[in-house]
Amino acid sequence: MNGARTGAIVLRHFYLLRGSLTRVVPLFIWVAIDIVLWGYITRYLNAVAGAAFDFVPVLLGAVLLWDFCSRVMHGVSTAFFEDVWSRNFVNLFSTPLSLREYLGGLVVSSMITSAVGLAVMLVLAAGVFGLSVLGYGLAIFPFALILFLFGVALGILGSGVVLRLGPAAEWFIWPIPALVSPFVGVFYPLSTLPSWMQHLARLLPPSYVFEGMRSILAGGAAPAGMLVLGAALSAAYVVLACWFFARVYRHAVHTGLLARYSAESVS
Amino acid sequence: MRPALSVVGLRREFVKTVAVERITFQVGVGEIVGLLGPNGAGKTTTISMILGVLAPSAGTIEIDGADLATERSRALERANFAAVHAPLPGNLTVAQNLRIFGLLYGVQALSARIEALLGQFELQALRDVRCGILSSGEQTRVGLAKALLNRPRVLLLDEPTASLDPATARDVRTKIRAYAAAGEGGVLWTSHNMYEVEGVCDRVLFLSHGRILLEGDPKTLPRRYGKATLEDLFIAVAREPLTIEGS
Repeated sequence: MNGARTGAIVLRHFYLLRGSLTRVVPLFIWVAIDIVLWGYITRYLNAVAGAAFDFVPVLLGAVLLWDFCSRVMHGVSTAFFEDVWSRNFVNLFSTPLSLREYLGGLVVSSMITSAVGLAVMLVLAAGVFGLSVLGYGLAIFPFALILFLFGVALGILGSGVVLRLGPAAEWFIWPIPALVSPFVGVFYPLSTLPSWMQHLARLLPPSYVFEGMRSILAGGAAPAGMLVLGAALSAAYVVLACWFFARVYRHAVHTGLLARYSAESVS
Repeated sequence: MRPALSVVGLRREFVKTVAVERITFQVGVGEIVGLLGPNGAGKTTTISMILGVLAPSAGTIEIDGADLATERSRALERANFAAVHAPLPGNLTVAQNLRIFGLLYGVQALSARIEALLGQFELQALRDVRCGILSSGEQTRVGLAKALLNRPRVLLLDEPTASLDPATARDVRTKIRAYAAAGEGGVLWTSHNMYEVEGVCDRVLFLSHGRILLEGDPKTLPRRYGKATLEDLFIAVAREPLTIEGS
């Protein structure tokens, strides 16, 4: 693994961000809107429910954590889409760059861009609505790790799908977080879900984060075993997503799709 | 001396067609080899395989002794290319593109190398201009600067002068000839301009239907096949490859 080559992918993304307001603003605007929207919803719910239950850490905290996961995923896939949009595959993959270095560059780019979104969310949630993620205690670190790894896995998986199906397939990728969210119990306990959805939820690492979060807010602790399982599942999904991307890449090289990517398919 | 590029038994088939049929050739260090042929002859397919973006169905490719199949990164560190069908990202400036590709190719003393190439291709005034708004001729010069960043042992040029005015095209030809003459590497050059090929290439390979039909010195090859010029020979190969093959 060559750090300079991974750094080149990150530098490319930095150059693009630096020169483009249309790339910088989406890093935080949607998550900021989400925090404001859900912040006021939770205030309203608190007013309706009286002092019986504080919705801020349950709902607003969940939105913040889920948006972080979504931003990580979009960070990876957007960095990949930059090469799709600029039709850069032949230039890029005819260099000594390895897939591992390329994917590493996408992940580091996403770390930077998702950190911007996270910082804005933390400031807004704490400053305007009084939410402190420190209220979750030390569990916030495994929560963040699990969500980060799962976001990376989704981003690499999505990139693989677009590499396989062509540029138009990016519209499959943007809604993935919205598609996954009902299954991972972002806003409600998994016991609310029908049995078949609960089975699926157990395969999705964020489920363990949100169940753990609610457990802490109910006065208990996040079960360590569940967090370890969540982290292990997330790490496994990253490996599987990399395997999937590598397989799609090899297919693209073997069929000629990579050299004729804009054609979307070759025969 | 080890060849800059060695291609042995290279074959590429798609579902219903054979694009390249067991071609074998070498490009020596300091040599400029023209890869000629009509549209669809297999030139771009061959170049794509040498660049590692298309897998061969059979055969081997060695770049400066490194096997592309088993030592991909090592082999591609020693190659580079410029092609009209693969422009550099238009949303990055000239200097940004050169820096990124310099890092990808592991170029030492990169800043100095970028400055030298900006000077060599008269791109200093355009260093902070996004490549997407350059004229096609300027984009070609940027592509050539990128192609020379890592002083490649194999330089692949796919119609490098296609969009250049005659004066700039001549200048580019001079630079590429100087690069080869300095012994830095070998050049595989595709072009449809037979006068250019005759003036630049030491040797040509005529591809037709994926096979190397003819090979030789572009100055003497036409006479060997009863043609007055290289262009006449090209047209004959394009129209009647079987006649040429039998002669």
